[in-house]
Amino acid sequence: MTSCTPQELVERALAASTADGQVTFVTDSSEANLRWAANSLTTNGAMRSRRVVVVSFVDGGAGMAAGTVARTGTPDVAALVAASEQAARDAGPAEDAVPLISETPAGNGDWDVDPAETSIDVFADFAPALGQAFGEARDRDELLFGFAEHSMRTTYLGTSTGLRLRTDQPTGRVELNGKSPDFSRSVWAGMGTRDFRDVSVADLAADVQKKMGWSQRRVELPAGRYETLLPPSAVSDLMIYLYWTMEARDADEGRNVFAKPGGGNRIGERLAALPLTLRSDPAAPGLETAPFQVVGASSGSASVFDNGMTTPAVNWIENGVLTNLIRPRAWALRTTAPATAAGDNLILEDPTATASQEEMLAATDRGLLLTTLWYIREVDPQTLLLTGLTRDGVFLVEGGEVTAAVNNFRFNESPVDLLGRAVQAGRTERTLPREWNDWFTRAAMPALRVPDFNMSSISPAS
Amino acid sequence: MAPPRTVDETFLALPLAALTDAALTRAVDLGCEHADLRVERIHTQSVSLRDARPESFTDGEDLGLAVRVVHEGTWGFAAGVVLTAAEAVRLAEEAVAVAKVSAAINSDRVELAPEPVYADAMWVSDYEIDPFGVPDSEKSALLIELSEQLMAADGVEHVQSSCMHVKEQKYYADTAGTRTRQQRVRIHPEFTALTVDRGTGQFESMRTLAPPVGKGWEYLTGGDWDWRGELAEIPELLREKTKAPSVEAGRYDLVVDPSNLFLTIHESIGHATELDRALGYEAAYAGTSFATVDKLGSLKYGSPLMNVTGDRTAVHGLSTVGWDDEGVAGQQWDIVKDGVLVGYQADRNIARHTGMPRSNGCAFADSPSHVPVQRMANVSLQPAPDGPSTQEIISGVERGIYVVGDKSWSIDMQRYNFQFTGQRFYRIENGRLAGQLRDVAYQATTTDFWGSMSVVGGPQTYVLGGAFNCGKAQPGQVAPVSHGCPSALFENVTILNTVQEAGR
Repeated sequence: MTSCTPQELVERALAASTADGQVTFVTDSSEANLRWAANSLTTNGAMRSRRVVVVSFVDGGAGMAAGTVARTGTPDVAALVAASEQAARDAGPAEDAVPLISETPAGNGDWDVDPAETSIDVFADFAPALGQAFGEARDRDELLFGFAEHSMRTTYLGTSTGLRLRTDQPTGRVELNGKSPDFSRSVWAGMGTRDFRDVSVADLAADVQKKMGWSQRRVELPAGRYETLLPPSAVSDLMIYLYWTMEARDADEGRNVFAKPGGGNRIGERLAALPLTLRSDPAAPGLETAPFQVVGASSGSASVFDNGMTTPAVNWIENGVLTNLIRPRAWALRTTAPATAAGDNLILEDPTATASQEEMLAATDRGLLLTTLWYIREVDPQTLLLTGLTRDGVFLVEGGEVTAAVNNFRFNESPVDLLGRAVQAGRTERTLPREWNDWFTRAAMPALRVPDFNMSSISPAS
Repeated sequence: MAPPRTVDETFLALPLAALTDAALTRAVDLGCEHADLRVERIHTQSVSLRDARPESFTDGEDLGLAVRVVHEGTWGFAAGVVLTAAEAVRLAEEAVAVAKVSAAINSDRVELAPEPVYADAMWVSDYEIDPFGVPDSEKSALLIELSEQLMAADGVEHVQSSCMHVKEQKYYADTAGTRTRQQRVRIHPEFTALTVDRGTGQFESMRTLAPPVGKGWEYLTGGDWDWRGELAEIPELLREKTKAPSVEAGRYDLVVDPSNLFLTIHESIGHATELDRALGYEAAYAGTSFATVDKLGSLKYGSPLMNVTGDRTAVHGLSTVGWDDEGVAGQQWDIVKDGVLVGYQADRNIARHTGMPRSNGCAFADSPSHVPVQRMANVSLQPAPDGPSTQEIISGVERGIYVVGDKSWSIDMQRYNFQFTGQRFYRIENGRLAGQLRDVAYQATTTDFWGSMSVVGGPQTYVLGGAFNCGKAQPGQVAPVSHGCPSALFENVTILNTVQEAGR
């Protein structure tokens, strides 16, 4: 891409430091995407980028302060380092100051290897297969919409404490949305992938076609509480929001759903009646993600001082009981609790579950089967009440079979309460979160059966 | 201080002409019927404070270039970060390669609506003090001082503060001969006070109402917004909120303050009148619209009092530009006239597609590495020329609720069913405010809601609100946009009690 390698940029930045500490990371990224609507292309692209991030640490006497400066391309390293050091001097002492990490984390990649790359060629087989699916959809008088994206990011992270770390992150996603020409029927299939080699357009199109078939008969149902089967994608979007809320400091300060009345947090409290475990693990097969922390800006749930720290495998909920919260090292020291860190994948599983989604459906006398959730937003942080919509397939299940498609609903539900009320979990499988896949694609979830899901009102949308 | 009149020299000094020649010449040589080049530099600072102490300070700059082509009727797009002629040539070639791979799934020939050529044009947004010209220490010190003021108040246990300011510089060149250079500045300061009752475990928050705007650092230091005054009022308002009764769910007349209504406009009018959504381009992601093109000129969107415009020209508007990212000049037009749908927001391809003589200039890319798509103009509800004050609107309500400030928002994929909360809800009894209420959300269907608008406030109630974080497109893009509106009265609106919704 440029004459200067990312490794050289890291070394030059570290060499230019006059501060008390420095973390520099360079991320080389490449991406290709295709987007389509009504059986034809809408947008596409092939992008390459390099981002250089320098975090300087300066102790002005009152405590260690941090400043971050980030630039794309191949910036003037000396100017970048000077700017980050000035930013640190201007910022004032950081509350999350702890000594920088100096131990190399397990799973660290080979520093000397070139960045991984992708290009539009990743779709060389996919695009013609999609074109064929368009033709078949046209023949059935149906329309296909959707998006496919593949990106490769290689991050090189160096610290003044001697770390030289590298990680590759391949990320892919594909969504296929089928509609009737008047848009009144609408269904969805999607998946996450590392390399598109496991993506079968034919399989996705078949899934869409099956659900379009289920949608031939339509029934209107009123708002109310329904026995509901939440498929893995819908469960993932609710659990990801819960995960993003699991900040220990907020809980300890009494300001999130994991705070305990009277003080402290709810660790040790049973949240789920089922023996569910919610966990993240950088080494989870098929969902591999960065084995160490890469942080450009501190927040209550991540710290620039923790750059290079091993991202631990953590059971956040174990056997139905809340066991951990997201806790940077500084807050861990303040509260004499273990340091943890959020990773970029999430798994929910019931080790005793054996049922497939089909078996759960077959065991349903009368209920709703959802496809995905959409526009999920927090209504009340006290209970973590979320609102949102059902999208692209609400199906009426009667006598163990889908008998009709139903209108969409607005729901109001808390994922914490749902864990408590779920009466059955299915087998965990890889899934693509519909709502959050711009940020989060690596999830494995079971379907959940909830006896009384709160459909607050009808949405006329289809 | 006189407003700056030119784009920063450091941006103009980039090799813009050489990149243009390299990219556009190569694209034409490869047979493209259209090609354009964008070079962008987006400088962003984010300051975050927790309890008036530094949490993070980041200074980021995205500098890059992108070539977009139409090759045999199909789009191609490629972006990079190396500003050399060789890279510009490579990007033109890659964009054509992308078009060729994409041809397998394209059956809609791309054609662009015509636009005059702007051969050597420059535009700078209206601000006084470039935030990037103010020392970082000075900016941090002011944010800390304001946060400490809030933190020191009785009953305030925590304070979350942030300020994001952005300077966006864009160069656009196309094969028709347009060359535009522009610079925009925007800023979004925000302060939230939090109170916690340790015994009961209840917590509650209240945030400043100051909207993000297309202004510079003077927004914090000048007289445009009374920051100290607002911060002085928040603790008592928050205390009152924690002691307020829980709302009784039901139907109420709802007086909506501009600080809340802007977001309802954004979600239920702004997105619903995006032409690409109406055509289905966003169907699998952001969604479609109930306001389909066959209803243009006939759909009763709301009451006859409803007049909505789209513009990319409002002073200090977050979506205001000189030219859009396809070289189309900023314009203003009607979207809803006397309650009837009369217009959409468009870009050049979909304008042509639907027979519009010209695009109204709504193409936008949020970074040099993203393709321009149709994004939102400043979509604003017009005040009634002789309309009442907010106080006068409230005085005409027998039993109702007055909502101030935005908080939670959600709307479905065709923009029918929405649900909003706010910073403060007040009970209205016999024309007077009768204290705050807790646990309130309002829920409605778009055309019912706008159809129930029975009073529109006057120009004295008009406020330009907005947001930095409007999401759309895949890959996801984030756009800033403003919405001006007066206060207004909506009759017989469904009010939910959010505690009951949670099943408690």
